[in-house]
Amino acid sequence: MALTESLQRIVIGFSLAVIIGGILGILLGVSKIADETLGSLVIALQSVPSIVWLPIALIVFQGGAGAIYFVVILGGTWAMTLNIRMGIKNVQPILIRAARTMGYNNTELIWRVMLPASIPSALTGARLAWAFGWRALMAAELIGRGGLGRTLMDARDFFNMDLVVAIMIIISIIGLIVEYFFFSKIERKVLSRWGLAKAS
Amino acid sequence: MERVVIEEVEKTFPNKEKDGSFTVFKDISLTVDPGEFVSLLGPSGCGKSTLLNIVAGLDQSTAGEVKVGDKKIKGPGSDRGVVFQEAALMPWLNVLENVTFALRKKMKKEEAKKHAEKYLKLVHLSKFMHSYPHELSGGMKQRVSIARALSMDPAVLLMDEPFGALDEQTRMMLHREVQFIWQETQKTILFVTHNIRESILLSDRIVLMGTRPGGIRKIFTVDLPRPRKPSSPEFIKLEEEIMSILAGEIEKVMKEEMGDDFNSKKASLLYGTDRNMGNHI
Ligand SMILES: Nc1ncnc2c1ncn2[C@@H]1O[C@H](COP(=O)(O)OP(=O)(O)OP(=O)(O)O)[C@@H](O)[C@H]1O
Ligand SMILES: [Mg+2]
Repeated sequence: MALTESLQRIVIGFSLAVIIGGILGILLGVSKIADETLGSLVIALQSVPSIVWLPIALIVFQGGAGAIYFVVILGGTWAMTLNIRMGIKNVQPILIRAARTMGYNNTELIWRVMLPASIPSALTGARLAWAFGWRALMAAELIGRGGLGRTLMDARDFFNMDLVVAIMIIISIIGLIVEYFFFSKIERKVLSRWGLAKAS
Repeated sequence: MERVVIEEVEKTFPNKEKDGSFTVFKDISLTVDPGEFVSLLGPSGCGKSTLLNIVAGLDQSTAGEVKVGDKKIKGPGSDRGVVFQEAALMPWLNVLENVTFALRKKMKKEEAKKHAEKYLKLVHLSKFMHSYPHELSGGMKQRVSIARALSMDPAVLLMDEPFGALDEQTRMMLHREVQFIWQETQKTILFVTHNIRESILLSDRIVLMGTRPGGIRKIFTVDLPRPRKPSSPEFIKLEEEIMSILAGEIEKVMKEEMGDDFNSKKASLLYGTDRNMGNHI
């Protein structure tokens, strides 16, 4: 029950963080003006642990579930933004020039060259967004309502140390499963196709 | 197959630091006839790539104009296929997809695929259609790049030191391949190179460019029957003639870059007599 609640929160929060972070990252990577104005703001925001936002979020969302989503999304978004931005900025100029000689215009260049070229960075971004989001969620649930975090606190309140440890193990196992079975698999597939795979 | 007309083109880069602007070349006029193979030869930094990029539409000229057929060039377009020194293949696409990448603006998926297969066959890469760029050798990548440029069926093929990064054997093989493709497709080709022998081997005309001031020094017509033999006396004679002018230009560049202590005897030693040295200028 608590587990599904937490999982639902992380999946929705993570997806939104990837979407919002992705869009913002593309904007920063493509537009110089956006980068110069918003870029340093994003870097500043990234250095704030997202849990710090929880008190404000609790007030704004009146203690509702929205507050926890807010913190999770905020936890993952910036890592995604900065990685996509870097991916787009680091696209080899020769690829863009080559595509221009084939008649691609600026909008098409973004979709057909810059975005595909930044897939490895996007994967790194998503992986970080997941890690930050998961941590932010657990911290938020300890203070807020519902989910594994809350159950953990309840267990502590009843001095049920077995349950505390069990929940901690569940929390780390979920992190590990996603990290190793989901992201690692995708990453390995993409990197080997690109010829970027590290000999490991 | 179209005529390329370059008319009094000038390229000036705006002030890098305080010493004002830098003019790479000016008043460059050159006509490349339909189906002609013309090489641009010259020392490093004389503006060969700059001129080629202006024709490609990737760079803007500061003055003058370039026409392909009757059309004035305003930007890049698929009427001019470009092959760069690095193959510039998209690493996330396989060989076939890299070629259809150039066609998807013109054709439907199925048609583009058939078309791409045809051109990959032309460069003898049918077996590698489903490989990714990192699985190919440098020469193979460059052939994909050539197939990609040709598949758009451009009026003009622009090549910027396409074989500069390849070893001697691969380069010789690709020379044969390019001549075959040129005869087969009758394309107008503008070809940038450092290599005197390569330019004589392939071109109808060789445009020798120089620096300070940048511009065309001399145009050589290569009147030798094909396939050409680098060991024939006419070939060697032309090679030495070009070398003597080029050595002077290179000396100028080196003097500028190395300062006054550069001694010209060294230049003639380095670039004067040894034929093989000339390949690597
Ligand atoms: N973006 C730029 N800004 C300023 N100067 C430039 C720029 N691009 C090229 N140049 C200058 O223009 C000159 C010609 O460059 P270009 O690359 O066309 O030479 P090149 O003949 O192709 O040389 P190489 O044989 O080494 O490729 C060089 O002196 C270079 O310093
Ligand atoms: Mg060049």
